Amino acid sequence: MSHDEGQTTDERLVYMANQIATFFESQSPQAAAHGVADHINNFWEPRMRKRFFELAESGLFKLKPIVMEALPEIRRPKETTEA
Amino acid sequence: MCMVNEIDYGTPASKSDRMVTLTIDGKVVTVPEGTSIMRAAREAGIEVPKLCANDMMKAYGSCRLCLIEIEGRNGTPASCTTPVAEGIKVATQTDRLGSIRRGVMELYMSDHPADCPACAEGDCDMVEMAAKVGLTENRYGPNGENHVAPLLHGDTNPHFREQDLSNPYFAYDPAKCIVCSLCVRACGEVQGTFALTVEGRGFESRIAASMDDPFLESECVSCGACVQACPTGALREKTVIEKGMPEWSAVTTCAYCGVGCTFKAEMRGEEVVRMVPYKEGQANRGHSCVKGRFAWGYATHKDRILNPMIREKITDPWQEVSWDEAFAYIAKEFRRLQYQYGKGSVGGITSSRCTNEETYLVQKLVRQGFGNNNVDTCARVCHSPTGYGLRMTYGTSAGTQDFDSVEHTDVVLVIGANPTDAHPVFGSRMKKRLREGARLIVIDPRRIDLVRTPHVQADYHLPLRPGTNVAMLTALAHVIVEEGLVDEQFVRERCDWDAFQDWAEFVLQPEHSPEAVEKYTGVPAEQVRAAARLYATGGNAAIYYGLGVTEHSQGSTAVMAIANLAMATGNIGRPGVGVNPLRGQNNVQGSCDMGSFPHELPGYRHIADDATRAVYESLWGVKLDNEPGLRIPNMLDAAVDGSFKGLYVQGEDILQSDPNTKHVAAGLAAMECVVVHDLFLNETANYAHVFLPGSTFLEKDGTFTNAERRINRVRKVMEPKNKYADWEVTQKMAQALGLDWNYQHPSEIMDEIAKTTPTFAGVSFDLLDRVGSVQWPCNEKAPLGTPVMHMDGFVRGKGRFIRTAYVPTDEKVGPRFPLLLTTGRILSQYNVGAQTRRTANMTWHEEDRLEIHPNDAEDRGIRDGDYVKLASRSGETSLRARITDRVAPGVVYTTFHHPDTQANVVTTEYSDWATNCPEYKVTAVQVSPSNGPTEWQRDYNDQAKRSRRIVHAEPAE
Ligand code: SF4
Ligand code: SF4
Ligand code: FES
Repeated sequence: MSHDEGQTTDERLVYMANQIATFFESQSPQAAAHGVADHINNFWEPRMRKRFFELAESGLFKLKPIVMEALPEIRRPKETTEA
Repeated sequence: MCMVNEIDYGTPASKSDRMVTLTIDGKVVTVPEGTSIMRAAREAGIEVPKLCANDMMKAYGSCRLCLIEIEGRNGTPASCTTPVAEGIKVATQTDRLGSIRRGVMELYMSDHPADCPACAEGDCDMVEMAAKVGLTENRYGPNGENHVAPLLHGDTNPHFREQDLSNPYFAYDPAKCIVCSLCVRACGEVQGTFALTVEGRGFESRIAASMDDPFLESECVSCGACVQACPTGALREKTVIEKGMPEWSAVTTCAYCGVGCTFKAEMRGEEVVRMVPYKEGQANRGHSCVKGRFAWGYATHKDRILNPMIREKITDPWQEVSWDEAFAYIAKEFRRLQYQYGKGSVGGITSSRCTNEETYLVQKLVRQGFGNNNVDTCARVCHSPTGYGLRMTYGTSAGTQDFDSVEHTDVVLVIGANPTDAHPVFGSRMKKRLREGARLIVIDPRRIDLVRTPHVQADYHLPLRPGTNVAMLTALAHVIVEEGLVDEQFVRERCDWDAFQDWAEFVLQPEHSPEAVEKYTGVPAEQVRAAARLYATGGNAAIYYGLGVTEHSQGSTAVMAIANLAMATGNIGRPGVGVNPLRGQNNVQGSCDMGSFPHELPGYRHIADDATRAVYESLWGVKLDNEPGLRIPNMLDAAVDGSFKGLYVQGEDILQSDPNTKHVAAGLAAMECVVVHDLFLNETANYAHVFLPGSTFLEKDGTFTNAERRINRVRKVMEPKNKYADWEVTQKMAQALGLDWNYQHPSEIMDEIAKTTPTFAGVSFDLLDRVGSVQWPCNEKAPLGTPVMHMDGFVRGKGRFIRTAYVPTDEKVGPRFPLLLTTGRILSQYNVGAQTRRTANMTWHEEDRLEIHPNDAEDRGIRDGDYVKLASRSGETSLRARITDRVAPGVVYTTFHHPDTQANVVTTEYSDWATNCPEYKVTAVQVSPSNGPTEWQRDYNDQAKRSRRIVHAEPAE
């Protein structure tokens, strides 16, 4: 961690995903998962999504159930974008 | 080059559509009913002499110079106060009238300084009127009772008063005042401040500011309306007194706030003499505020950097270099970074202060030149939730009305905005409507001025706890649905009925009732119910909102909640209603329109959309990345993590304007090439490797788009002191990077925007020069633009209701941080203050102060004016306290106009769930007595001082 008291990038990604999920929680379950996936696909840069998959799959972070349900719908970034 | 002259018709235009025909001096004239004879005459080209009339104010009829005769009527009525009537025959020039007018002028002139410098320069109507009425000699002479001479018959003259020079921008000389009361009426009717009155009677009467105070100490807000209205040299701009009268002028747009006032820049050679609001300006209608009218001195301030500079490390002093060296250095560095760390390792930030054309070029540079989408704008930190929220519900990322719309509004709902301070000219227009009887609801933690101001009193002020907007808005919706106040016909016709029913069911849940949410908001339920009823049933209702809505972790949700309310009550799609975001900086709307966000191309089209990309790909000859790029906070994260290395920042000070200063500083410090392009060495420049001097709005052509989607022209009135306008700098940078750009003029950039963006298809500089301004969408369907949107249905088809659950922010008060801090702006300063701090506006606001309620202050042993420490979980700063009951107990408030205060050291990293717009409006803090600047402030100042050292280049031979 490079600066005091703040979140790390990883923590922030998890936090943001959960925050998005919180908004969609009041909607029906399918709509909610779809909404989360759509949002992340539309606004998250590939680097963020790539790291996010690693975090989600590591199981080390607490992601809301809706986020986990949304996972299959989130686009996996192509490996080539970082070239 | 010539003067732009405006006709003064003497009295305001009548709005009637019944026409009346009369004869004036033998000419047949047809005008709307209610027009004054003076105005009817002027429209027919006949100028009746006048002193106390002006078409910005209601007629008053005091000078008796404008008398006329009407066939068959007795006497000589004043033409300014006499309305036209069918068939009357008016004479404006007769012997009788001539002799009365000469008599009037003779009296006036006997009490007017013979050597009036304003008369000599043509800035005082007195000599001109005397000539017009044929007054050649004065029988009274200068030795009678007068206001002019300090001494009268060897004694002090009781009527004489010294000049009032207290206001930094204008002088008041009572000796030249004729007490026509135009200034008094301007201050009341146009500005709505009511600082001026006429004191005394007859010969004793004179103009007084507040309780006969010097202007500076009165309630005057220095808008300049009185100076503009004064027909004599009594009220004059100090710059005109110093520099002399202007020789030529051009019409342009203020570069301060999102109102986007139109001004005449009045010039002598290359020097501005004064800025005068332009009556044809469709946003401001001839009015201005202290910033646009007077605070332009920063444009020539000595702190402006005029030569490019570079340095290898941010600890080195700056080295001045030539423009070519600077461009070559940037090109080399950015190529190296992309080679070494990948295509996505660099990006750019566009400015909401630069023109549309300049913004467009920066995003083009990033997408075409860098080959990624890492472009963002500081609109991120203010209004990104507006774009998101309104797009989801209505289908378009912008406000629905024009400013004129307020003239048709019956109920004004202001939430999280402070129009009289942050959008003063629109604030004045709103106050005017409120004085005419429109009702007012204010939802704000703080008792903003609008709640009670002369002749305006809010029907309801709901002082909610910071961070509970969504709870409040959903409770309003609850009442509207529960009490059957929904405009069902509108909803059935215009909106998605299923979505409405889903939403109605949601808001009806008992936990959304005003009674249930009272525990969060702190506002009595009955007040909320009453406000909801007024909004839903009071006629045309319009919502105006600002950063107090968007800068929250639920900013986007709150915008949707606002959109829901307007749809449910049918307050969309006609004049007088709507959803009106009040934008912060001058070109926030424009910078968003121009594709500054990392996920969308100009016109709000997603980067993943193949058809849109294809348009640009064929024009620009490159393949565009179809993935969204990094937002500002993500860029900083990526920098800290080592994958983001280079940034071009045009006209923004992200270190001062973005949340959590320490995080921004850490991100910038981790980059290898930061290019800052600005007027001054701003705070961000402390972390920069290249500094490119910027140009002011006076030095370039272009357009700004204001809060009403209005595209206004900015016109160049002087050569850039730094050599290049900002668009030229970006172009040269692009050329250095090998791009084939050849714009000769910003109009060509606008042509490219129009060609590629359907909502701008009809826009061109030619059109703007012809019609003044247009509001987008402007295309084949709306060749002159679109004042009110969603007239015949929503842009997205059916309006969409969206559930808006209240989620308390994670920033919570507790024993360590028991108070809630919220932030705002004041009239005389602007944003991070880089410009206004470099003008005499400092007279009004030398420092940021912390407002605290008397109870909270007493608990902590704090007295008014004491230095206090303001601490949050992120950091601490110190500033002086102001004790006031404008804020509720438990809430403190400050502005952030001064870098020394660094209020953003205290704000947190929490941000809007949808857009990452930072949560500036809620921070849990503690306040305690202190004796001066904190350690961070001192360290910061040291670092800032060190990093501002410049080694000047040897003058080249
Ligand atoms: S400058 Fe504006 S506020 Fe001040 S007295 Fe004149 S009209 Fe009123
Ligand atoms: S700062 Fe805003 S209100 Fe003031 S003159 Fe400029 S655009 Fe108008
Ligand atoms: S202008 Fe009509 S009375 Fe003064």
